[in-house]
Amino acid sequence: MATIKLSEDKIKIIKEICASFNNNSGEIINVLHQVQGKFGYLPAEVQELVAHELQMPVAKVYGIVSFYSFFTMLPKGEHPINICLGTACYVRGAEKVINAFLENLKIKIGETTPDGKFSVNCLRCVGACGLAPVAMIGDKVYGRLTPDQIPAILAEYN
Amino acid sequence: MTNYNTHILICGGTGCKSSNSEQIVENFKSLLAQHNMQDEVQVIKTGCFGFCEQGPIVKVMPDNTFYTQVKPEDVQRIVEEHIIKGRKVTELLYTNPETQKHVSDSKHMEFYKKQVRIALRNCGFIDPENIEESIARGGYEALGKCLTEMTPEEVIAVMKASGLRGRGGAGFPTGLKWELCAKNKADQKYVICNADEGDPGAFMDRSILEGDPNSIVEAMAICGYAIGATKGLVYIRAEYPLAIDRLKIAINQAREYGMLGEDIMGTGFNFDIELRYGAGAFVCGEETALIHSMEGKRGEPTLKPPFPAVSGYMGKPSNVNNVETFANVPVIITKGAEWFSSIGTEKSKGTKVFALAGQINNVGLIEVPMGITLREIIYEIGGGIKGGRQFKAVQTGGPSGGCLTTRHLDTPIDYDSLVAAGSMMGSGGMVVMDETSCMPAIAKFYLEFTCEESCGKCTPCRIGNKRLCEILDKITRGEGTMDDLQQLRNLASVIKDTALCGLGQTSPNPVLSTLDNFWDEYVEHVKDKKCRAGVCKKLLSYVIDPEKCIGCGKCAKGCPTDSITRTDYIAPGHKLASMVINSEKCIKCGACLSGCKFGAISVQ
Repeated sequence: MATIKLSEDKIKIIKEICASFNNNSGEIINVLHQVQGKFGYLPAEVQELVAHELQMPVAKVYGIVSFYSFFTMLPKGEHPINICLGTACYVRGAEKVINAFLENLKIKIGETTPDGKFSVNCLRCVGACGLAPVAMIGDKVYGRLTPDQIPAILAEYN
Repeated sequence: MTNYNTHILICGGTGCKSSNSEQIVENFKSLLAQHNMQDEVQVIKTGCFGFCEQGPIVKVMPDNTFYTQVKPEDVQRIVEEHIIKGRKVTELLYTNPETQKHVSDSKHMEFYKKQVRIALRNCGFIDPENIEESIARGGYEALGKCLTEMTPEEVIAVMKASGLRGRGGAGFPTGLKWELCAKNKADQKYVICNADEGDPGAFMDRSILEGDPNSIVEAMAICGYAIGATKGLVYIRAEYPLAIDRLKIAINQAREYGMLGEDIMGTGFNFDIELRYGAGAFVCGEETALIHSMEGKRGEPTLKPPFPAVSGYMGKPSNVNNVETFANVPVIITKGAEWFSSIGTEKSKGTKVFALAGQINNVGLIEVPMGITLREIIYEIGGGIKGGRQFKAVQTGGPSGGCLTTRHLDTPIDYDSLVAAGSMMGSGGMVVMDETSCMPAIAKFYLEFTCEESCGKCTPCRIGNKRLCEILDKITRGEGTMDDLQQLRNLASVIKDTALCGLGQTSPNPVLSTLDNFWDEYVEHVKDKKCRAGVCKKLLSYVIDPEKCIGCGKCAKGCPTDSITRTDYIAPGHKLASMVINSEKCIKCGACLSGCKFGAISVQ
C-alpha cells in the first residue's frame, strides 16, 4: 500500500468520521459524503485511509467514488460554478450560458482556473425550472441567465 | 397560545428561495415588530405554491390575497398598505395576460382553476417545520385510524380498491405491491421511500418533501403497519439539502409527539425512519439499484425476480414506493377508496403532479386529475407558449419518455394512453417546446444524458446507447444518411428489448418517438442538410440580402474569419455595393447577424 501523505490532523478527522459510523463498510457512502464535506474532494490517499478503517479493499472504495457523480477526486475552485443542464434549462438556452462562462474563464468543463478561484461543472436539474436557465455559484442560485450577464456575475467574486 | 388574526405565507421552496424569499421573510418579521404587530400577524415560510414562474409568492390570509414576484423592498408597502390600512397593493397582484386585469385570489387564476390538489394538499398552506400545523390539517389522522380501527389486511384492501398506481413512472398498482410484501414472512421487513428524483425537469418529490414532509412520514408508518415492517428508510438525493433538513425536522418532531418510534399512539406498534443519501446516480431511481446503493455498494441494478418484496434491502422483504405515491396514502385512508377512485380515468385513478417547464408562460408545479388533455394543461393552466410562438412538442417522462406533438393535444393523459402514444408518465416532468427546438438535437440531448448515467453493467445500454448517440451526432452535423435513420430504429428496438433494467429499456424512447412524430425533420437533416429550428450549427448558413444591404461594411469588420467581402452589385437606392458571406470560410458565430442594424442578414 502506498505511503499515506496526509497530515496527522487530517488522518485524525477521517478516522473520527469512520468511527462515528462504527467503521461499518455498509456506511461507506455516508462516510464519503462527510469526508468530502470536510476536504472538498477525495484524493487517492484519503480513499486508501477510508478503505483501511472500514476494512474493505481500496478498489471497492474507488469503485464507489468513481460511480457516483457527487464524489470527485479533483479539487474544486474556491467558487464552484454549476450550470444546470436539465431539459427545462436546455430548451431555454443553457448551452449559450455554459459557453459564456467557459469563454470568460478560459477553461473547459470540469476544469479549475489557474488561480483556483472558479471551477465549472454541469449538473442535471436543481429544480428551479421556473428560473431557467439556471447556474449555481457556491450555494447561490442565479436564474433567468443570458450570456451577456456572465461577466458582471463573475465580477462579483473578484 | 397567541391568536393571530392575519397570516402571511411566503414560499420557501427552492425556486422562490433562489429569488431571495428568505430576505422577504426577514423583512416582514422586522417590519411587523417595528409596528408592534408580531402578536397579531404570523409570518410563515411554507413549501412550494407551484406557480414558480411568478415567484417569489406571498399570500395573505384570511382574505386570500396572492402577491406575485415580490421583492424584499416591496414588503414595506404590503405591511403599510395591506396589513395596516387594509388596501391591497394592486401592482403586486397577478395580472391576467389576456384581460390585463389584476386577480387577487388564486382560485380565480387560470393556473389554479383546473387543478385538484391531493398530493400537494398542504404545500403552500402550512409551515413544514411545525408538525402541529400538519396535524391541524388532518395529518396523522389516517395513521391513527389504521392503528386503532383497521387490520393490516384492511389497509391493503383499501389501497387496492383505490386503484393508486406508482407515481415514480411505471405505474405498478401500489396496493398489490404492499400485498406481495405483506405475504412474505421474515423477522425484519423494510419500507423504503424513493426520493432519488433524478429526472431532469422534474421536481415534485422535492416540493412535497419541502412543503409537507409529515405526509411522507405518516404514509411510511401506515405502509409499515400494513406490510409488517418496523423500519423505514428514505433514500434521498444529497443535492436536496432543504428537503433533507425538513424531513429530519419532521422525523424528530414525529418522534417527540409519539407518531414514530416505540409504541406509536399507545397501540404497541413500533416504527422508525432513517435517512440514506444518494450521491448523484440517475440509475439509483431503479429500485434494485437503489437498494444496492443503500447497502453501500455501487448502484447497479439486478435482474428481477427476485423482486424487492421477496429479497430487498439486506436480503429482507422490502417495499419501495416513490414520494408522490406515499403522499397520496393518508388521504386515501381518511377519505376512502371510493372517493379516490372517483377521480381520474378507468385504469389510472386520482391525480398526477407534473412539473411544467420549458417554453411555456406559466412554469410551475401542477396537480391535475388523470384524464385531462395536454391542450388543457398547455393552453389553460400553462397559459400557452412563450412569446406567442407555435407549439411544437411536449416531452413527458424525462429521458425515459418521448416527445408528443400537436396530434396528441387532445389525448386524455393517463399511464396507458401515454405509453400508447410512444411516451410514458415517468415521474411527471413535462417540458414544452416551440419551433426553436430541434428534435434530432433533443433526442441527442437525452441520449447524452443516458450515456453518462448508464451504469455500464449490461451491454445494450452501455454500448448501444453510445452508438445511438454517435449516429444522432452525425445527423446533427449534417453527415447522416438514410441508412443511419434505419439503423437508429433497429438499434433502438434491440436496446429496448434486451437491456437489463428500466433505464436501458426506456432510453431509446426519445429517439423512437421523435422518429415517429418528426420523421420529416430527420429527413431534412439528412437529405436537405437543413435544421429548420436553427439549432444545428453545422447546418446553418448566414446569408446577406443584397437588396437590403446598404454596404456599410460593419459585418466584415466584425467577422473573426474575414469571410465577408464586398460585391460589385449596388442595389437601387443605395450608394455602396452590398456585402457577401463566403459560406466555406464562415464559422457560423453569428457576430454579423447581431451586428447588422438593417436586417439584411438572415440564417437559413
